[in-house]
Amino acid sequence: MKTETKKILIDPLHTQNPITLQVLGICSALAVTTKLETALVMSLALTFVLTCSNTAISLLRNKIPSSIRIITQLAVIASLVIVADQFMKAFLFDVSKQLSVFVGLIITNCIVMGRAEAFAMGHPPGKAALDGLANGLGYSLILIYVGFFRELFGSGKLLGHNVLASVNEGGWYYPNGLLVLSPGAFFLIGLFIWIQRSVEPSIQEEGN
Amino acid sequence: MELINLTLKAIFVENMALAFFLGMCSFLAVSKKVETAMGLGIAVVFVLTLVTPLNNLIYNYLLREGALSWIMGAEAAAKFDLSFLGFVAYIAVIASVVQIVEMSIDKFSPSLYAALGVFLPLIAVNCAILGASLFMVQREYGFLESIVYGFGSGVGFWLAIIALAAIREKLKYSNVPPGLRGLGITFITAGLMAMGFMIFGGIQL
Repeated sequence: MKTETKKILIDPLHTQNPITLQVLGICSALAVTTKLETALVMSLALTFVLTCSNTAISLLRNKIPSSIRIITQLAVIASLVIVADQFMKAFLFDVSKQLSVFVGLIITNCIVMGRAEAFAMGHPPGKAALDGLANGLGYSLILIYVGFFRELFGSGKLLGHNVLASVNEGGWYYPNGLLVLSPGAFFLIGLFIWIQRSVEPSIQEEGN
Repeated sequence: MELINLTLKAIFVENMALAFFLGMCSFLAVSKKVETAMGLGIAVVFVLTLVTPLNNLIYNYLLREGALSWIMGAEAAAKFDLSFLGFVAYIAVIASVVQIVEMSIDKFSPSLYAALGVFLPLIAVNCAILGASLFMVQREYGFLESIVYGFGSGVGFWLAIIALAAIREKLKYSNVPPGLRGLGITFITAGLMAMGFMIFGGIQL
């Protein structure tokens, strides 16, 4: 594999992670991660939309006048999100109910707009698709991490199966309610950032 | 009374930023200084109050099942359900309202325009705006309700971002572990603030 391709693929997973370093797409990362299942479905939906939108926008990049590019990008993204949303309503109705408005909010998920603007507008379709896929995976990585811990310690389950038998069901584990509530998500991502930046000092920020 | 309750609920109990995590990107990125946070906050209140009722009209008179009855009569309209087009319609409304607001502020009040600066165009992709419209549709708010809901959500976001910015300005003087500097400590701070806002959770309105 060429080094450039490798860079496009690997960077978004670690040193250019969309959530913890580019500060993009945080809303959904926090909101849909109370359970691992919703986190997984959301990751799949976003990776799909991101890969397709990057490819489509990269194909159109020489035809889009720069003054109306934001609206054009939004139109492409919104159509793709409608496809994903209708697909989920048809085949994964329960999960789609739990995700509520957050599927629609993929449109304004800054990762999709950010990558379209920063990468797809200036690169050929092949590379743009790879970039979309890699950023989607980087996003999924964080979502799965947060979803895993929030479901495991917040309710003692994984994907709906009992792992740590909770006290209400006659077991020994006292579920940590804080993790299910919103502050838990903030702390988990903050912790992830801390660990990631301690391992890789080159990405630390100066000052607070 | 209903409407006042709805406003208070939107500001505190269902705070856009801290309870629903909407508008997080700008919440974390534009909260380094109180001054800029103030600019963004006011812009959000302004746009939300305009856009939510507008999208309410779009939904009720164009998109929902049978909504077209004012054009073609109830029977023919019952066949149309355009609500799947919602996303495109709402985002188009948001983008154009932001554009119009930007141009009119530039014309009528250059000082306000200078104060809001780059934040107006940024708002088009702020998920709090689209989120409020989607919640409005999901909860079937009427026209008046959607005005106060839009306003309340905006004020809630404004309150939260000002508070976070103020805390971050104070944080400059503390000695944070190197790995946590910047984004990390901001996340933890926001988490503690979310915990604070949870005290409103039990309030019955």
